[in-house]
Amino acid sequence: MTVKHIQKDPEALTMTVTAEFAAPVDRVWQVWENPRLLERWWGPPTYPATMVDHDLTPGGRVHYFMTGPDGDQHHGWWRIMSIDAPKRLEFEDGFADDTGAPNPDLPVTIMRVTLDEQPDGVTRMHIVSEFASREAMEEVLAMGVEEGMTEALGQIDALLENTRPG
Amino acid sequence: MMRALVHELPTRARRAVHRCGPADCVEGSRPLTYNQMVVDLIDAQETDRLFSALADATRRDIVVQAMRGEHSVSNLARRYPMSITAVQKHVSVLERARLVTKERRGREQIVRINIDAIHHASHLLDELEDLWRGRVDRISELIADSSEGEFR
Repeated sequence: MTVKHIQKDPEALTMTVTAEFAAPVDRVWQVWENPRLLERWWGPPTYPATMVDHDLTPGGRVHYFMTGPDGDQHHGWWRIMSIDAPKRLEFEDGFADDTGAPNPDLPVTIMRVTLDEQPDGVTRMHIVSEFASREAMEEVLAMGVEEGMTEALGQIDALLENTRPG
Repeated sequence: MMRALVHELPTRARRAVHRCGPADCVEGSRPLTYNQMVVDLIDAQETDRLFSALADATRRDIVVQAMRGEHSVSNLARRYPMSITAVQKHVSVLERARLVTKERRGREQIVRINIDAIHHASHLLDELEDLWRGRVDRISELIADSSEGEFR
């Protein structure tokens, strides 16, 4: 398993995911930097993501939508707070209308991603999700409802069958 | 984002699953049905009380103490630099959040943990954990795929 550790703090309303990937940091960074790669993992298989705008510069915006089984679209936005390629990305993640404009009535999560290449060539990724409030957490967890029942876990087998780059 | 879907659930379905309180949901927490998870999330008021209650250091400590065994309110009050009345108030907040129960025994009020509520709090974070486990799996798959031409 590539998820090494998950630390949940119900009081501080944070969750930290630590994962390791058998690839150099530059390669792992691309799953964030390249919108075509990002859209292949951000949404669950039943709600694939499409990146409309993807500007990873300080103050830059990302606009994406996820398409559900019935063709329903759910839009989201990021605002890049800071970026230090290929090591660090901090952004706000929120809900949007279908033009990508942030919905001010729905909560924003702060995401802090750090990548760290280990001596053995394995890249460790920390993702800290920070909720502004418990209401925010509720909303974001509502999104996770769909995820919880996806076939995502079934993808592990496919993962193990794939060969790693030379 | 999926909020809209949650709200579109038929009323009947919601009512049916609403019988599943935190205790019941914890009982069968893996695997969960979609409806059970929804009810956890739409029961916002209860969850709001839960996290409000846990937002205070004294109350978190009372919860920790209660997890170790039952305590009287006066016994708890000795631990904190505050009046018994103040501790009573904290216990009441925890009681409303269903984190603890309080029972009168003679002249004492005995505080006990409600372990189901604790499970409920961690269960909500489990949902988020599932989201990220799925994402990490998908990243791994992408990275491991040698035929991936989109990498530089």
